Amino acid sequence: MATLPAQLRPEGTREVRRHRTDESLLPGARSRGFWLYLIPGLVLFTVIILVPFVWNVYLSFTSYRGIKPPEWIGLDNWVKLLGDEKFWISFQNSIAMIVAMVVVPTLLGLVLAAILFDVVGKKFGGRVASFLRATYYLPQILPIAVAAVVIGWILRADDGALNQVLEAVGLGSLSHNWLGSPDTALLSIMVVMVWVQLGYPVVIFMAALQRVDPELYEAASLDGANWWQRFSSITVAIIRPEIFVVTLTCTIAALKVFGPVYTLTRGGPGTSTIVPSYYSYSEFFQSQQVGYGATIATALTIIVVVLTIGFIQAQNWVERKEREI
Amino acid sequence: MVSRRQWTDWLVLAAIIIGAIVVILPFLLILVNSFKSPSDYANNGALSWPTTFYTDGIAAFWERVNFPAKLGNSILIAGLVSIFAVMVSVLNAYAIGIGRIKGRTWIIILFLVANTIPQEALLYPLYFMFKQVGLYDNIWSVIITFTVIQSAFGTYLLSSVFSTFPKEVLEAAALDGASRFQILWRVIVPISRPTISVLLVFFFIWTWNEFLIPLTFLVSNDNQTVPVAIATLQGQRLMDVTTTSASALLGLIPTLLFFLIFQRTLTRGITAGAVK
Repeated sequence: MATLPAQLRPEGTREVRRHRTDESLLPGARSRGFWLYLIPGLVLFTVIILVPFVWNVYLSFTSYRGIKPPEWIGLDNWVKLLGDEKFWISFQNSIAMIVAMVVVPTLLGLVLAAILFDVVGKKFGGRVASFLRATYYLPQILPIAVAAVVIGWILRADDGALNQVLEAVGLGSLSHNWLGSPDTALLSIMVVMVWVQLGYPVVIFMAALQRVDPELYEAASLDGANWWQRFSSITVAIIRPEIFVVTLTCTIAALKVFGPVYTLTRGGPGTSTIVPSYYSYSEFFQSQQVGYGATIATALTIIVVVLTIGFIQAQNWVERKEREI
Repeated sequence: MVSRRQWTDWLVLAAIIIGAIVVILPFLLILVNSFKSPSDYANNGALSWPTTFYTDGIAAFWERVNFPAKLGNSILIAGLVSIFAVMVSVLNAYAIGIGRIKGRTWIIILFLVANTIPQEALLYPLYFMFKQVGLYDNIWSVIITFTVIQSAFGTYLLSSVFSTFPKEVLEAAALDGASRFQILWRVIVPISRPTISVLLVFFFIWTWNEFLIPLTFLVSNDNQTVPVAIATLQGQRLMDVTTTSASALLGLIPTLLFFLIFQRTLTRGITAGAVK
């Protein structure tokens, strides 16, 4: 009878008192007294995040080259940004990063996790499955800049391993200056990102699959569902929360990509691999156009925050619909 | 519990193993080629076994970047950040999760937003501020910055853990006359140790792997971290092919070690973090 309203229980009055909003979990202690513990955190937060953030937004309305004080120019930077072809190219490249860091790893990760859990784990034993899982996860632990150096080494123009392999198998005509040509540089960075990201969804989805009730599967098999039908209608539906988390966190990471671009191509050749974060960095510290760099950084922030809110709204909407059915 | 295997199962296993080999192939290539001389590489290519065991490439890179110093910087920065960030997270979470202060939902949203905004949006003002106070090109600029960035996530995670803390334990501690700080330090922290140790490991590795902020704030050679030193040297394209390979090898060894040491904590943390 745990669902009885509190008032009907003998100790109902005490229950109600305990849930007063200004009371802490410690008996008899008002929550006001706990502000003291939040002071160090809030001071640090204000100095390191809040103030710089507001300052950066302010700089986006100024002309500032880092030496003379910033000069207010209103919306000029923002008008320039909307007409700046380089900025739009950097966002197109961000979409390529989303393909490489979100779309491909999530889809591949779903299939890999399901196979590892369902086929390898059940027919060849859990140890084989977890060993293979660790192998796929390995690139995830590398600092992203080191991962870029590793792949960049394989893609070296004249004596790189990939070109040597192509020559060895008689496909020498395909050998290429992978990072130095505008047509393959972006693709090469995308390959780095797929390699790095793949292990993350595999690990998360495999953990999530443990929630799937085997009886559901058996029932579906008895009804004549094949592996793919079970996968798409049972597995994907049950681990949807994890799919949401993985796509959201990876999309945010894809929009912020900096290390591999800095390490491998510096945005080049031309603008073929430029991304917003590298563009703002180069405006800050190479072109000394601090005001404009701040504008790019602020625009990127707006996109990230709007996307995050949209994602969470979409997830809530889907969950609500689910409950109505 | 291993059920009967059909030939299709073997086919699937073979495909998964081939995929796994593709994933670790770059690691193997780096490992093999770090022990080759440049002429060996030029004559026999990337796929052959080293003809002689050549360690000059590794030694050259080791001395060129003064690798022990870079390791020291990275360990100091990542270690202090993980300790400080956990301390700040615990204090924040005590006020939010146990203290249930007013407006706590908004404070958590604020911390979460801080965790998602791109670092570029803080970069120039921070750079300017650290220059003003004389911390530019000083590892403390990076330590302070990441203490705050990591504790934003830690506050979020620990607040939700603390808010479900067993009430009976808190009541018993209060009856014993423990002060507020004693309850935090002697009761809540020890009982929450599993979560706190996951946070320590994660903060350490996240900070170790960071790139943009250390690259910007730590310009002189003496203060650089391991990833920054390797990436900037790669950018200059001054090294021969096997030394570059050796630099990548030295960059990945520390993280491989962490992975082996903390494997259990990591998998526990990754999966716990996704569901929350």
